[in-house]
Amino acid sequence: MSEEPGGPEDRLRRFATIWSRAIYPVTATSLTRPEFEHELVPLARRLRAALAARAFDSGQARGVGAALIGAHCTDPEALSRTLDVVDAYLVLYCGEEASGPEREDDLRARCGRIQHAVAAGFAAALRDRTLVEQEAISRAALDARSAVAEALHASEARFRAVFHGAAIGIGIADLDGTVLEVNDALVRMFGGAEQLLRGRNVAEWTHPEDAPQVWHLYHELVRGEREHYRVEKAFYRPDGTALWTNLTVSLLRDADGQPQYQLALMEDTTERRLLNLRLRYEATHDALTGLPNRTLFFERLEKVLGAGESMRFGLCYLDLDGFKTINDSLGHAVGDRLLVEVADRLQSCATAPGEMVARLGGDEFVALTTGADTAAEVDDLAGRIMHALSAPIRIDGRELSVRGSIGIVEGPASERSPAEVLRSADITMYRAKSAGGNRYELADPEADARAITRHGLTTALPAALDRGEFFIEYQPLVRLGDGSVRGAEALVRWLHPQHGVLGPDRFIPLAEHTGLIVPLGRWVLEESVRQARVWQERHADAGPMRINVNLSPMQLAHPGLVADTVEILERCGLSPSALCLEVTESALIGADDDLLKPLRRLSEMGVDIALDDFGTGYSNLANLRRLPVNVLKLDRSFTQGMQQFPADPVDLKIVEGIVSLAHGLDLSVTVEGVETGAQAEQLRVLGCDTAQGWYYARPGPPDRLHELALADATG
Amino acid sequence: MQRPAWAPHGIDITVPSVSRIYDYYLGGSHNFEVDREAARRAMEFMPGLPKIMQANRAVMRRAVRYALDQGITQFLDIGSGIPTFGNVHEVAQRASPGARVVYVDHDPVAVAHSKAVLEGNPDTAVLAADLRTPKDILTSAEVRELLDLDRPVALLLIAVLHFVEDDDDPVGAVAELSAALAPGSLLVVTHASYEGMPISTDRADGAVDVYRNEVRNPLIMRSHEEIARFFTGYETVEPGIVPMPLWRPQTAPEDEDPYTFAGYVGVGRKA
Repeated sequence: MSEEPGGPEDRLRRFATIWSRAIYPVTATSLTRPEFEHELVPLARRLRAALAARAFDSGQARGVGAALIGAHCTDPEALSRTLDVVDAYLVLYCGEEASGPEREDDLRARCGRIQHAVAAGFAAALRDRTLVEQEAISRAALDARSAVAEALHASEARFRAVFHGAAIGIGIADLDGTVLEVNDALVRMFGGAEQLLRGRNVAEWTHPEDAPQVWHLYHELVRGEREHYRVEKAFYRPDGTALWTNLTVSLLRDADGQPQYQLALMEDTTERRLLNLRLRYEATHDALTGLPNRTLFFERLEKVLGAGESMRFGLCYLDLDGFKTINDSLGHAVGDRLLVEVADRLQSCATAPGEMVARLGGDEFVALTTGADTAAEVDDLAGRIMHALSAPIRIDGRELSVRGSIGIVEGPASERSPAEVLRSADITMYRAKSAGGNRYELADPEADARAITRHGLTTALPAALDRGEFFIEYQPLVRLGDGSVRGAEALVRWLHPQHGVLGPDRFIPLAEHTGLIVPLGRWVLEESVRQARVWQERHADAGPMRINVNLSPMQLAHPGLVADTVEILERCGLSPSALCLEVTESALIGADDDLLKPLRRLSEMGVDIALDDFGTGYSNLANLRRLPVNVLKLDRSFTQGMQQFPADPVDLKIVEGIVSLAHGLDLSVTVEGVETGAQAEQLRVLGCDTAQGWYYARPGPPDRLHELALADATG
Repeated sequence: MQRPAWAPHGIDITVPSVSRIYDYYLGGSHNFEVDREAARRAMEFMPGLPKIMQANRAVMRRAVRYALDQGITQFLDIGSGIPTFGNVHEVAQRASPGARVVYVDHDPVAVAHSKAVLEGNPDTAVLAADLRTPKDILTSAEVRELLDLDRPVALLLIAVLHFVEDDDDPVGAVAELSAALAPGSLLVVTHASYEGMPISTDRADGAVDVYRNEVRNPLIMRSHEEIARFFTGYETVEPGIVPMPLWRPQTAPEDEDPYTFAGYVGVGRKA
């Protein structure tokens, strides 16, 4: 179409420009003005067509009005301005092409009708669009609402599921304390009656065991001064029993932060609490007698001893006499029933406040009294106990008499620890027992000290062996005929970290008692044999050096004796004939063949066996024949009489007799405790073979013997 | 009782909504009387408000076209409101069919309406989420399914950051979103400001008060300097952060309404 200046298309465009200038400022379009104008051109064309049509068609013009709404010209001002533009410029710019109405008046009339139709089309389209958009936004609001409602419903459902399904009890109350909601778990905790909870007031639920701060915290929370608190609290169930809970209460605030509700979470701890109490009871009581046990007694004793200096305490430590015999002979069932009866009787003896009876274990019981005058009281208590035990106990128609030994400790609190007190009581009880039993003794510090040392050494023995605290001294054995050194006796010593060097008399009985003598004895044997071998190597020319080692009764009975001895000799490379094992006469008294068999084996191998301390026991001379013995060692008591001058003639006669007897049985004789030259000479004359004693040398380190042997060999 | 965090917010259409007011300013009827009342009251103080909205739409259009020119065909429009006309996907998909757009708004009515409008358009999605919790947006199924974050995205924050108060850390939120975007991504921000306002600050405050007290969605006016902070990590493209009519105009800025010079627009490219 022609766009030459002044042509119809140019005029149409100029109309569109005027139109867009008029309405662009009141449109909401995001198009630029040129873009917008471009959109108006087809509309202008339609207006021109409407103007020029032979018959007026209002549809074209209505369409233009509606198209304005489509171009987002929804402001009524856009219509007003459009109508102004059409009125003023449509005929002017587009009238020439009109082929229908010839006269200008007709064109003006047509233009007027066009305006009416544009306005009607605009209004109709605006009304439609408005209704559509209003409906759309309403629907959107409804959709959004139902989406939110759905989400709320879902969250509410989740919340309710959590609330009702929770294993923990949940309750909600207002700030006055009125209970609004409770969940099933809470109802179950309270015994299943919901109406007893809902609508009730929290403040009614006091319990005598409420800790003082429980209600203080509650009031702080409902006043909004605290966000939450957690306490252990008891409630009454409808049936009067106690419900124990771990209770957590939180304050719930509204969106503006104002306190609104309180939320309680409760965990039922009743069972756990009962279990704890039961466990505590079981942990602190003796299952058999129901008396407090060692744990509880120590707790109590600790409290008593920590009570302050003005307080005193008295303790009776009771051990039944001969209970083991009853147990062994009548059985444990009877023993147990006896203990139960004893426990009952003891309980009846200690009923005053501050008194307590406990079973420490086995047949050991303690009774404790506290107060200001325990010196008299504990004596009285011990008396009551002895008296209570004096009546025989009837079990299965059998009358059993029960006796007990009691150790009493009494004194001011805060001086000793519970362990010290109990040890003293234990020691004292043993003293009562060794004094024959069926009596009570009062603790004595000196007796305690002795026992404590003995006890201390006993317990320190095993570690001492591990730590190498033992060592061996050697005392030379001298041939009386020529005064030459022919060997030595090994004597074990203990270098105790506190007590210094201890002789065998201090610890060998303890080791024998505890069984440690076996490993200790083996160590001594090995050490001595090794030493003997060293001597042999150093001065083979001084003749065979022998080593005497003591053997305790328990070692003698130990099944490994022969094997151990053989093994040691072989390993060290010492001939059996260089070893002499010393056994005390008392160890062999009444020894049967089984016990003697190992000794015989050793003797057959060439090991010498010496009968130690001969003459101290009930020396059964007839016995000598059946013992596998090569040497008699005369006890020092025989030689003591020869220290003075002139020597005791009776002693002389006895020694002479023994020597002659021994030689008659092909035994050699060694004497101990030789302290003077006169003694030595006497013994030589009497025919003794070997001697040892201070006259020659005290026990000393292995090198001393080496020197003596050298001196002997060169001298 | 305090609402649990996971319970959705309710809908109260007796409270005006910024997106429906926006629609009203753009000549739409997606609004209720309560919205129109608030809109008219704000206009008593600032009659040119509709022009500002219109300028926002116009500059957004230019920015979307700019992004398309840069080869970007993925758009994340947060604070999209009610899509009256001339929306991102209309502009983008007309020029580049298959361009993908995710709309995000926290107004449930706007989201519901957008869903109705966008039904049947597989390359668009609408998500109910809040600019203040970027993680919800970035981890949403809509974003993950429609946008490829390994390729550049145009992040559109049109007339939305001025509804986020400083206490809610809008700079941090933009930074968190930006961190998830590939290099070459564009950030488009328009923001209200007293600067460039053709009326006194006191008068403008009247409109601000309407938003604060009636709409309950405070309008936070920020300075050029404050607005520039949103572009940390971006290089602003020419002509920088400027009044809307001055950003790559297609017609003479002198012809524009004076109100359209209030506030700023900026486009930045992620390094």
